[in-house]
Amino acid sequence: MRGLKKSYGRFAALRGISLDIRHGEIFALLGPNGAGKTTFVEILEGYRHRDAGEVWVLGVDPDHQSMALKTRIGIVLQSSGMDRYLNVAETVEMYSSYYPQPRPVDEILELVGLETKRDERVLRLSGGQQRRLDVAIALAGNPELLFLDEPTTGFDPSARREVWEVIKNLRGLGKTVVLTTHFMDEAQYLADRLAIIANGSIVAEGDPATLAGRDRMVATVRFSLPEGIAPPALFELSAQTGATYELRTAALTRDLHELTAWALGAGVELADLRVDRPTLEDVYLELTAEVTSPASTAREP
Amino acid sequence: MNTGSMLMNQVKYVNKAFWRNPASAFFTFSFPLMFLVIFTSLLGHHNVQVSPGRTIDISTYYVASMAAYAVITACYNNIAIALSIQRDSGVLKRTRGTPIPSAIYILGRLIHAVFVGVVLVIITAAYGRLFYHASIPTGAPLLEFLVMLLVGTMAFCSLGFAITCVIPNADAAPAIVNASILPLLFLSGVFIPITSTAPAWMVWIARIFPVRHFTLGMDAGFVGTSFNWMDVVVVAAWAIGGFLVSYRYFTWEPKR
Ligand SMILES: Nc1ncnc2c1ncn2[C@@H]1O[C@H](COP(=O)(O)OP(=O)(O)O)[C@@H](O)[C@H]1O
Ligand SMILES: [Mg+2]
Repeated sequence: MRGLKKSYGRFAALRGISLDIRHGEIFALLGPNGAGKTTFVEILEGYRHRDAGEVWVLGVDPDHQSMALKTRIGIVLQSSGMDRYLNVAETVEMYSSYYPQPRPVDEILELVGLETKRDERVLRLSGGQQRRLDVAIALAGNPELLFLDEPTTGFDPSARREVWEVIKNLRGLGKTVVLTTHFMDEAQYLADRLAIIANGSIVAEGDPATLAGRDRMVATVRFSLPEGIAPPALFELSAQTGATYELRTAALTRDLHELTAWALGAGVELADLRVDRPTLEDVYLELTAEVTSPASTAREP
Repeated sequence: MNTGSMLMNQVKYVNKAFWRNPASAFFTFSFPLMFLVIFTSLLGHHNVQVSPGRTIDISTYYVASMAAYAVITACYNNIAIALSIQRDSGVLKRTRGTPIPSAIYILGRLIHAVFVGVVLVIITAAYGRLFYHASIPTGAPLLEFLVMLLVGTMAFCSLGFAITCVIPNADAAPAIVNASILPLLFLSGVFIPITSTAPAWMVWIARIFPVRHFTLGMDAGFVGTSFNWMDVVVVAAWAIGGFLVSYRYFTWEPKR
């Protein structure tokens, strides 16, 4: 999509998004609450209409050919119920019946790991099982493209794992998956590529490793010194808390070598010596903090 | 799958969920039958005046008006409450993201409601026949009765769809539905016969809204009062009104 924009009244929820999502990849849109993730996916799904920009989903404009699109996509909404009194198999069968070329129900249940629950009423499923049933329903029509809006928000760690494994399995089917999340670890674990969204704008895009590596040059070295020992004057320390020192460096190997050489020479033990690389989380927090700071509020003039 | 089998398939799932849901199976299905038994047992073998100079056994009267009441709950209450819950929980939004045409989905619910209504009418009539010798319409009155039944089910279904437009969430649904229909049922003589001493304002309310007209049309078949095509016209007008409101204001997404 190109230059995608959407406002609610005077509030600009999406401020010009341009992204390409490739066939067969798992793409994650990572961003804090209120960043515009749901607005974004629901425009692609055809639920909401954009104000400006161009969008093609599987070569189709969702605003104008939503019916043609609906047979080719599967949707897991951020939250949506199902009939509590039908059982698992009936639920998937019912949704399958809406599609021209459905995938066999048993195959779907196996994919999402609900084959042993096929006769269980929906109201008796756990949260994680219901979420997997959501995915099963989205797979009913054997779609080429699957949207998952915050698939694991609000679940305990084991339920999250269950859902993650299901999503990982989709890759094997060659489906394109677009998922949104506000969990860094989720994006990192699942996505081939990701974009970070904050306040309606894309602030970074890339694959999880290189995105984290944006700041790979800067590492942080932390160490503590015994009482009465002053740190070496070899380099400028960036922070000190009590006897713990912090050194941010772009030349890690050299600085670390000098530090340990000094310590050996002085006969000092560097307690708690630790080297930290910025994680995806650090990058994410840094990037989203810039745009969500009070200086740049979300309201348009 | 072609349109027809898609529709019948939809009715099948609505039907499954309906009977398994204790709330709908009880309030929609058992309630009118329970009232029928209570009213006829308590008040049976008393006489009531149904039109100037015409007096019948009240049990026959209740067979007719409980049949009307059953149709109203099966269509109006049932559709309004079920749809509000489905909208609020996101079932409707999910459905909107699949290729099933909206009309099929809506029609599936409507056909099921009509089906439940007709089953209730049949049970009510059989009960009346068996225990109270109520007369079952035949010939021309039967035809008139069926026309009224059809137009009535359409009207109360379409009003059920329409009322969801002012229901803010599922929790409010039963309250709004009952507040809108219960007073009308009383004012229209469904529970207590309206006699010639009824105050004029009450008669006017009964004249404006569809419940009284529908009940009168249903009565004609059972009770043997005269059938008035004007009643059918008024009920049909409400059906069209309900349809227009729904068409314009019905929403598939939760109102938040
Ligand atoms: N229908 C709506 N009307 C008005 N504002 C909305 C609507 N939907 C979302 N918003 C606002 O737009 C912003 C983005 O929302 P959303 O797309 O739901 O974000 P996310 O899914 O990333 O949490 C939020 O500030 C939200 O309050
Ligand atoms: Mg969201």
